Order: sequence, then structure tokens, then C-alpha cells
Amino acid sequence: MTMRHTPLSDAARGAWPAYKRDAVGILVVLAGGIAGYFLFPDSLALLTRIVSIALLVLSLDLVVGFCGVATLGHAALYGIGAYAAGIVCLRAGITDPFLLVLIGAAAGAVAGIVMGAVLLRTHGLPQLVLSIAFVQLVQEGANKASAYTGGSDGLAGMMPAPIFGVFAFDLWGRSAYLFAIFLLVVVLMILAIVARSPFAMLCRGAKEDPVRVEALGVAIRPELLRMYAISGAIAGVGGALGMLATQVVGLDGVSFELSANSLVMLALGGVGSLYGALGGTVVFMMVEHMVAAINPFHWMTVIGGLMIGVVLVAPRGLAGAVDDIKRRSETRR
Amino acid sequence: MSAVFDVAGVTKSFGGLTVNRDVSMRLAEGDRVALIGPNGAGKTTFVNLVTGHLAPDAGRIVLAGEDITRLDTVARVTRGLVRTFQVTRLFADMTPADHVVMTLLRRMGKATRILARFGGDSAANDEAYEILEALGLRDTMRRKVGEIAYGQQRLVELAIALAHRPKVLLLDEPAAGVASSDVPRIEQALENLPPTLAVLMIDHDMDLVMRFARRVAVLVAGELVFDGAPADVARDAQVRAAYLGSYGHVRRDA
Repeated sequence: MTMRHTPLSDAARGAWPAYKRDAVGILVVLAGGIAGYFLFPDSLALLTRIVSIALLVLSLDLVVGFCGVATLGHAALYGIGAYAAGIVCLRAGITDPFLLVLIGAAAGAVAGIVMGAVLLRTHGLPQLVLSIAFVQLVQEGANKASAYTGGSDGLAGMMPAPIFGVFAFDLWGRSAYLFAIFLLVVVLMILAIVARSPFAMLCRGAKEDPVRVEALGVAIRPELLRMYAISGAIAGVGGALGMLATQVVGLDGVSFELSANSLVMLALGGVGSLYGALGGTVVFMMVEHMVAAINPFHWMTVIGGLMIGVVLVAPRGLAGAVDDIKRRSETRR
Repeated sequence: MSAVFDVAGVTKSFGGLTVNRDVSMRLAEGDRVALIGPNGAGKTTFVNLVTGHLAPDAGRIVLAGEDITRLDTVARVTRGLVRTFQVTRLFADMTPADHVVMTLLRRMGKATRILARFGGDSAANDEAYEILEALGLRDTMRRKVGEIAYGQQRLVELAIALAHRPKVLLLDEPAAGVASSDVPRIEQALENLPPTLAVLMIDHDMDLVMRFARRVAVLVAGELVFDGAPADVARDAQVRAAYLGSYGHVRRDA
């Protein structure tokens, strides 16, 4: 504790973290992404899928970690983004990948507002139940609307145009992977700004005590809905990316299972931390991939054990554990 | 003096139970009024009616000439009717500086900005710093609220209230739960409130009330039985009777 009186502006300056720290984090992600391209040239499809799901988990973190919403239905937004991009690609002949991603984002945002309007009416357990009902309804809707979605067969046959008209979505998935890394970096940049905004502080406040936020003179419902729209857009980007990379959209994209898994990935990585969401996805899917290769029937057992271990040893997830280690080494110094 | 805050004939019933009956209260600029009353007298209901958490069955609430009876909490706060909470309601993971800056940004209309950086508004930062330093929170302003002493948390509540630049401030037991050694700091802070601010304190700590208030109102069984100088409170027969517990005799027949 210092008793020295610093000038006013000094205390104000540097008091809240600047964007510089986020820039470092994003550069690390970018470097890691590019390294992945060269280190695992045969696994680019898997890596692309990891990025696609990571976008879903990042999006989930916005409503769970920042707003305190309890949801087991978030994949609805991911799948709606995937279907929107797929249907437009197939039926409207729009094949530009950037445009398709934007369409996925827009569809996700609209779906996010609808889902938010439903879920934000309650809290806790009723909210959780509503979220499950929501994703089940969306899935059943997608199943029934088979004329548009292909039903249980899924949507296939999309032919997205090459990126910039040059880099085609080929069999090796190189273009898709680099496109995925590009989208991830853009999304992380947007989220770095959003997460440090006064708006995000209000949402974090509402997570803890909505009555307090209203006593501050801010109507919180519209802000939470706004966060849901942003979250939906990002989930939609993830879905559209999945569609572009695999050129298939299935019912599993709007499933309860994917919703639940994404929540597990988030808890694994650390709720409320964007890099935690990213790390949790990578670890979960890598473990899933490796264990499933050894024993395809029991990979969930290993994930379950991993999860119990994390909850016991590092209840705030991987990001929380990293924080603790950092703090401990700082105090020791 | 013209009233900045005028509660006129407010009544609220829950089922058959009338918890506030025809309560009226006027506050002018600079007023320091304490509302006291035994447990169950309806003080909390009165606070909830004033802040907009409950809607009155009858009566009007006027703030600076504007009828706010039908406005919600948020609209009342933005018009300058601000409260503190009996049990502090702060965000445990945020710092005092976070709280005050957030409030200042709200006042400046910047609280919901999405492309700005929190803490990037130097006007808000400087003002937050001034408010916190005046309350003696300079050394704790960067620590998480959950880690600082309760007395300091109470001061943070006051800092937030001041950041609103309110017209009317409602203090709900501002020293409740504070270690007795920290009470003088709270009292000092209350003394330093802006002189033109109209303050209504709800409390039953008579020491604090007598030191702070220049007017005392007494609520008993939902009715205002006294509104006058602090010195006269103890002499008033109705108030005495109420605090001795014989509610039946204090009912004024309307």
C-alpha cells in the first residue's frame, strides 16, 4: 500500500488494463494457429473443427461468463448460423465465403435475440430448462423442415467459392484452416474490445446483482439482450465456418449434446475468461480426438475424469489455474 | 422553501394489511431528515415505494416538480433520486474505482458504450478519484470490494451515491453492521455530503439519527405520527408509546 501521493492523472492512467495485453494474447493465438498449420498438416480438418467449436464456446462465455445466464442450449445459435449459411449457399447461389460468414453471423444474432428474450425471463433452473427446450425445439424444427435443411440426412452439396476467388476449399483443408484462423483472430479482436467496454462491466454487474445495476440507473434487460445478439453472431460465425469447412450441415449442429459439451469445454477452460474458453476447447477436443482413436467407446469416461480433476484441483478452470500460478510466483518474488 | 421531493398521501396494502397509510413527507434542498420507527412500522415498504420497487395504491411522489409515481427505478435514478442499501450491494469482484467510474459513466450517458474502453475516460477517472479520496478510500480503490472492510464498503456505497450527483439521497441504515471504530468515518462522510442535497435517512440507531438529522419523522404501524425537531421526538407522547410497544393507543383516528 503506498502513501505517496501521485498526481491525479497518473492514478487514472494505467489503472485499467489497456488493449496492449489483449494484442499480445491475440498474437500468441495467431502464432499458435500458424504453427498448427505447419506442425499438423495432416490434421487440418480437426484443427478447423476445433476453431469452429471454439467460436461457439467463446460465444457461450459471453452469456454464461459475462451475464450469468444458465444455458444448455447454446448450440442452437451455432446450428442456425450453419443452416442459414448452408441454405443461402445452396438456394440463393451466394457462394462468397466472407458473405456466407456474415449471413451466419446475422442469423445467429437474430436467433440470439429470440433466445435471449425467452431465457432472460427467468433465472437459474427454470432458465436452464428453457434453454434445453429451446435447442430441442430448434432441432426438431430443423428435422421437420427437411425441404430446406435436409432433415436427418443433413444439408449437403454446398459449393462455396474460393476465398478471394483463389484459395479453394480443397480436400486438404488448408484454405479452410487459414480462413478459420483469420476468423478466430478477428473475433478475438472484437471480443477484446467488447470485454473491456463499459457495456461488459454492466453485464458483469448484472450477473452478480441486477437490482444493483438498476439502482445505478441502467435498464439491464436491453443490455443483456444486446450481449445475446453479439453472442449469437459469434456462434453463427462458428456455424458458418463449420459449414464452409465440411460442406455439410447436420442436426448434431443444433443438438443438446453439442450445447452440453460446449459448456463442459467452457468450464474446463474457465468461465469468464476468453482465453480460457479457447484453451478449454482445444484441450477437450484434443483429448476427445486422441482417446477416441484409442477407444472409441469410452472417450467420454476420460473427459469425465478430466472434468472431475479440474473441478477438484482448479475450480476456476485452466485459466483460473494459470492466474493462480502467476499470482503465486509474483508474490514470491 | 419549495420542496425538491414531495411524497403526498402514499398508501400501500398487502392483502388486508395496510403497511403504509397516507404517508406524506416533503424535503427541501439541504434537508437532513431521519425516518425512524420500530421494526415492522413500514419503513422498508416506504423505501420501496419511494425507489419504485413497489407501486403505491394511492398517493403521489413528486421529484423536482415532476410526478414520478408511475416511473420505474431506473427512471427515478436518472432523474436524481438515489439510494444506498441497508446491506451493501456491491460487485465483489470489482474495485471501488470500478463502481464509481461505472456510475459516473452512467451519469454521462456513456455506461452502455461497447466500443469504448472502461477506464479510458479520463474525466470520469479523475472525478472518481476525487470522490474516493474525499471519502478516504484512496488506498483501497484498486482492491476488490470483496476484500475490503465492511466499513469501507459502506463508504463505497456513499461514493456511488455521490457519483450520481443526486437531488435526493435516501440512506438506508448507512452505518448498519459497521464496526463501532469505523462509525465515526461514516458519520464524517455524512456530514460532508453536499449542503444543498436533500437527504432522507432511514435508521433506528438513535445516536446517529440525533447527530445527523435536523428533522425527524416517526413511522408507527404504517402511519407517520411525528414530523418535527429531533429534540421534540423523545417528548412526544405518541412516539414514546410506540417505542414502549402499545401500538393501539397511537393510532390517530382519521
